[in-house]
Amino acid sequence: MTGLPPFLIFYLAALAAALTRGLPRALILVATPLLGALNLYFLPADASLPLGMLGLELDLLRIDRMSTLFGYLFHIAALIGVIYALHVRDTLQHSAALLYAGSALGAVFAGDLLSFFLFWEAMAVSSVFLVWARRTPEAYSAGVRYLIIQVISGLLLLVGLMLHYRATGSLAFDVIGTSQGYGWLILVALGLKAAFPLLHSWLVDAYPESTPTGTVFLSAFTTKVAVYALARGFPGTEMLVYIGATMACFPIFFAVVENDLRRVLAYSLVNQLGFMVVGVGIGSQLAINGAVAHAFTDVIFKGLLFMSMGAVLHMTGRINGSELGGLYKTMPKTTILCIVGAASISAFPLFSGFVSKSMIMSAALKDHYYGVWLILLFASAGVFHHAGIKIPYFAFFAHDSGIRVSDPPGNMLAAMTIAALLCVGIGVFPGLLYQALPFDVSYTPYDVTHVLTQLQLLLFSALAFVWLNKRGIYPPELNAVHLDFDWTYRRLLPGIARPVFAGIALADRQMRELGNRALMHVVAFVSYLHSPGGLLSRPVGTSAMVTWVTLLLGIYLFLSFT
Amino acid sequence: MKGEEKTYLFDKPRNVQRVLWLLYIASGLALAMELVVHRHTEHPWEGMPGFYPLYGFVGCTVLVVVAKWMRRLIIRPEDYYAQRDLPQHPEREAP
Repeated sequence: MTGLPPFLIFYLAALAAALTRGLPRALILVATPLLGALNLYFLPADASLPLGMLGLELDLLRIDRMSTLFGYLFHIAALIGVIYALHVRDTLQHSAALLYAGSALGAVFAGDLLSFFLFWEAMAVSSVFLVWARRTPEAYSAGVRYLIIQVISGLLLLVGLMLHYRATGSLAFDVIGTSQGYGWLILVALGLKAAFPLLHSWLVDAYPESTPTGTVFLSAFTTKVAVYALARGFPGTEMLVYIGATMACFPIFFAVVENDLRRVLAYSLVNQLGFMVVGVGIGSQLAINGAVAHAFTDVIFKGLLFMSMGAVLHMTGRINGSELGGLYKTMPKTTILCIVGAASISAFPLFSGFVSKSMIMSAALKDHYYGVWLILLFASAGVFHHAGIKIPYFAFFAHDSGIRVSDPPGNMLAAMTIAALLCVGIGVFPGLLYQALPFDVSYTPYDVTHVLTQLQLLLFSALAFVWLNKRGIYPPELNAVHLDFDWTYRRLLPGIARPVFAGIALADRQMRELGNRALMHVVAFVSYLHSPGGLLSRPVGTSAMVTWVTLLLGIYLFLSFT
Repeated sequence: MKGEEKTYLFDKPRNVQRVLWLLYIASGLALAMELVVHRHTEHPWEGMPGFYPLYGFVGCTVLVVVAKWMRRLIIRPEDYYAQRDLPQHPEREAP
């Protein structure tokens, strides 16, 4: 073997970052993803890293087209993320981010289910520190909830893979399918991290509570590793098509009314994951390619959007749409970069979202999922509405909030610029990305029909926004909490559990009191018997005693003869 | 101070109006292109003239109207969770 496994470089760098500060640490941070990518480039195609553990044969390095593409993607995401976080003076965040990125790389290169599980758990444990690093009570609570759900996902995966091992005798991470019970366990474990409907609330709960820089890392890795694992283990599982369509659809309603702009982006992250899950569910070569390509572009444009909102939060200390507005006046560069990200996620022609999302749409049509296609088309219009227009509009335009802050520090702008260039680059030259996709499928995104219909869809969605705003129908941004499914475990279940536990405590107390009282009665009775003048403390003569003994012996004699 | 501040691009209503006109013209052009360009269709509804513009406009309107209605069910005061959350931060006063 002529190289290092990708995760090891990041783990070593995390250690080095923890021990250094200032310029050396900055150099380590930037050099790690660059060296990592170089290492990945020089890794031979048949490289493997077998490891014997507990009598099991593990493989920590499986190189194929899919893992390589995700590998490069995560190096790019890590590079953008660390540049964006260079100004931060927080060892915890830097080290946790590198550990987290390394674990994600370990997971996509894992050749078997057990090593995948180990990195899956490492991701959960390292990423929660990025939430806690905000160091607010809200972030603390959200982080604990996040960790619990991530660990539940890990446990389901562990049980699933043990049952898989018992049933098949192998730990191979290939197509698993849902024909067996363990398949379902693994699917739910992956679904938790891929934010399936009703399992999604950890994401919209925790991501917006993280630090401005932490959210950029969070948005890149966990969910995309889950999509990667779904594409490996469950391609062509038809149920995923409908799950994905639901995911693409329902978050946009929440996103329209949500006030916290980073939470809006978290909802649109779930919505984009929906497109990928649909692609995995269809399972044709074009669809899998589309899902993987969309994961690739999504990491970059969603990262860009989270970075632009992080810049707003960093500079103004606010992130609610109701408190922002008019920032384009003094943050022109951030505004333009944000609009590039918005155009990419909305899939405008010449931006990256267009070349990846249209593959999934085409695949849905080719396999005659007409209803699903209509839902995805609605979701596409909705994305433009809430992420493409709402995010830039309420942050940078809308009513003037009077806030006058400058553009963020240079490193933040540099990271955003890299992401924006990649968005446009992939959008204009999709060939390079297409070549790297898992399957060789010829696909041309730029034909007259595609471009025209997409432009029509988007332009008239924009018209709807203008019209709704002018008529005053558009819901205003309100300082309020909007409930989501996490309400069930933050309010409903505790609300039910509290009276139940109170009832149990009450019953327990009454039982004890009853027992105590009974015991007191017995004690009182006994002490009464022994008290002066009581039955058992009266003086008794010897003759009475002898009489009783004689009587007893008489009875004994009588019994022995009968 | 306020009077001295320079006026920015969109402080003039004329410029906002210009952007809107640009959008209207682009939308009109996109709609007109449909008459000129032959587009190949796969979905049974796609062939309908004006399908995409209509779908985008109506879709977004429905989205906003439904979301507005949904908000009435799910909206809570700003400090809803802050009053009592699980798990509570150790330093935060118990209610």
